Amino acid sequence: MKNCEYQQIDPQALPPATPNPPPPPRGPHGDRGEEPTAPRRKWQVFPGKNRFYCDGRIIVARQSGVLPLTLGLIIVTCGLFFIFDCPFLVKHLTSCIPVIGGLLFVFVVITLLQTSLTDPGILPRATPDEAADIEKQIDNTGNASYRPPPRTKEVLINQQVVKLKYCFTCKMFRPPRTSHCSLCDNCVERFDHHCPWVGNCVGKRNYRFFYTFIVSLSFLTAFIFGCVTTHLALRAQGGKGLMFALQESPGSAVELVVCFFSVWSILGLSGFHTYLVSSNLTTNEDIKGSWSGKSGEDVSNPYSHKNIFVNCCSVLCGPMPPSLIDRRGFLPADESVQTAAVDTELPTLATKSVP
Amino acid sequence: GRSFNASLLSSFNIGITGLCFKKVKTHSLQDLRQPAVSSKVFVQRDYNSGTISKFQTKFPSELESRLDKQQFEETIQTLNNLYAEAEKLGGKSYLEGCLACLTAYTIFLCMETHYEKVLKKISRYIKDQNEKIYAPRGLLLTDPIERGLRVVEITIFEDRSIGSGR
Repeated sequence: MKNCEYQQIDPQALPPATPNPPPPPRGPHGDRGEEPTAPRRKWQVFPGKNRFYCDGRIIVARQSGVLPLTLGLIIVTCGLFFIFDCPFLVKHLTSCIPVIGGLLFVFVVITLLQTSLTDPGILPRATPDEAADIEKQIDNTGNASYRPPPRTKEVLINQQVVKLKYCFTCKMFRPPRTSHCSLCDNCVERFDHHCPWVGNCVGKRNYRFFYTFIVSLSFLTAFIFGCVTTHLALRAQGGKGLMFALQESPGSAVELVVCFFSVWSILGLSGFHTYLVSSNLTTNEDIKGSWSGKSGEDVSNPYSHKNIFVNCCSVLCGPMPPSLIDRRGFLPADESVQTAAVDTELPTLATKSVP
Repeated sequence: GRSFNASLLSSFNIGITGLCFKKVKTHSLQDLRQPAVSSKVFVQRDYNSGTISKFQTKFPSELESRLDKQQFEETIQTLNNLYAEAEKLGGKSYLEGCLACLTAYTIFLCMETHYEKVLKKISRYIKDQNEKIYAPRGLLLTDPIERGLRVVEITIFEDRSIGSGR
């Protein structure tokens, strides 16, 4: 019992440390506990399929998909552009070209990294108490070992009936527009899609990064394509021919191929997402046809502000929501450490207590 | 017994320190970690206005013996208003968003966003409410951000001999 007094148990109900700003104002809380082992951070016990770097500052999906390929293609193509095309174009046209190219390249890489390494809007799983409370409300049939039938709840949003589904993994009713990504094993808010090129889900928090990335990438690809074509055309002048030009500048051939095949798909993707942004839709909703009224009923998107400009602003320039998973917060002392300490006390206490 | 109750009361009034003494009676592993939690009430989200952060103001029946309906509604309504302020779409948020876009969103790495500032405000408000209203009644509000903005968790502690709590 004496050990109890010295342990400074944090009652689970009292908040351990504020989640979001990295230096918590109630800082001493996490350090104060005289735990025998170092306090663990929440990312170390995160249940989803994610990997964390820099002590929880960076989050990526378990499978990075083709992110290295995407980065590699961008860096190699731009590298070739600066080596082979820029010197010629600077001499014959203007020195603005490498400047513009450089700015676009930096913009693209930064937004790509932000899309990949940011928490897309992962919803933390329900605590056991919450899950029990929801189970009670659903009124299931006792201790069934098989999965009960799918549970849904209906809400009315702007005169539109929206069905909320129960997530068996996260043990909660998913908020509207939230979907569970099986690759990352997380529920993500305003789930758009899981992008293999970027190696992460695209959701509420990183959609604006993703959109900026594809738009700036389409500008970059189009810009490089235009510059390379101009370069080759200038070299081939005077009857020398295209083959001669390609021999002089072999890197340009590679760039030409890469840009030609990617510019159409990326421009198409940018156009598609511009349509989604202006009507405040997600890829997920568009694919499922949630608001297109296929079944003949009068359905419309309840989240749209009915104004293209307001939709764009709210999706791209709205307030930046915080990360809900608090990767760098410390685990409450009783969860990680106390169980070990208390276990050793139990045998002695059990003799005193009367069950 | 008495010293235990006094320390329990003082820990509530301070509201921050986690010092907790456990008197050994018939306790399960669960109870040894917490000061006699009787039950927890979860105030769910209200999605009728869309995906904005808003909690239901319906008064839970389990709190009827401990708290005034009006006080509860006032707390929840103030929280809803604060979240609405954080998520408001207006000139200021658009400016912040556009500026962020121009800098390739790198300013998010060094600047505290408007939303984060309001979250701190909410955290202070909840602490204040706990100290003034909820702790004297043997209740505890948990900041919704620690539950992923899904619920407002209200912990009901066993009413030992603290009095009627009103």
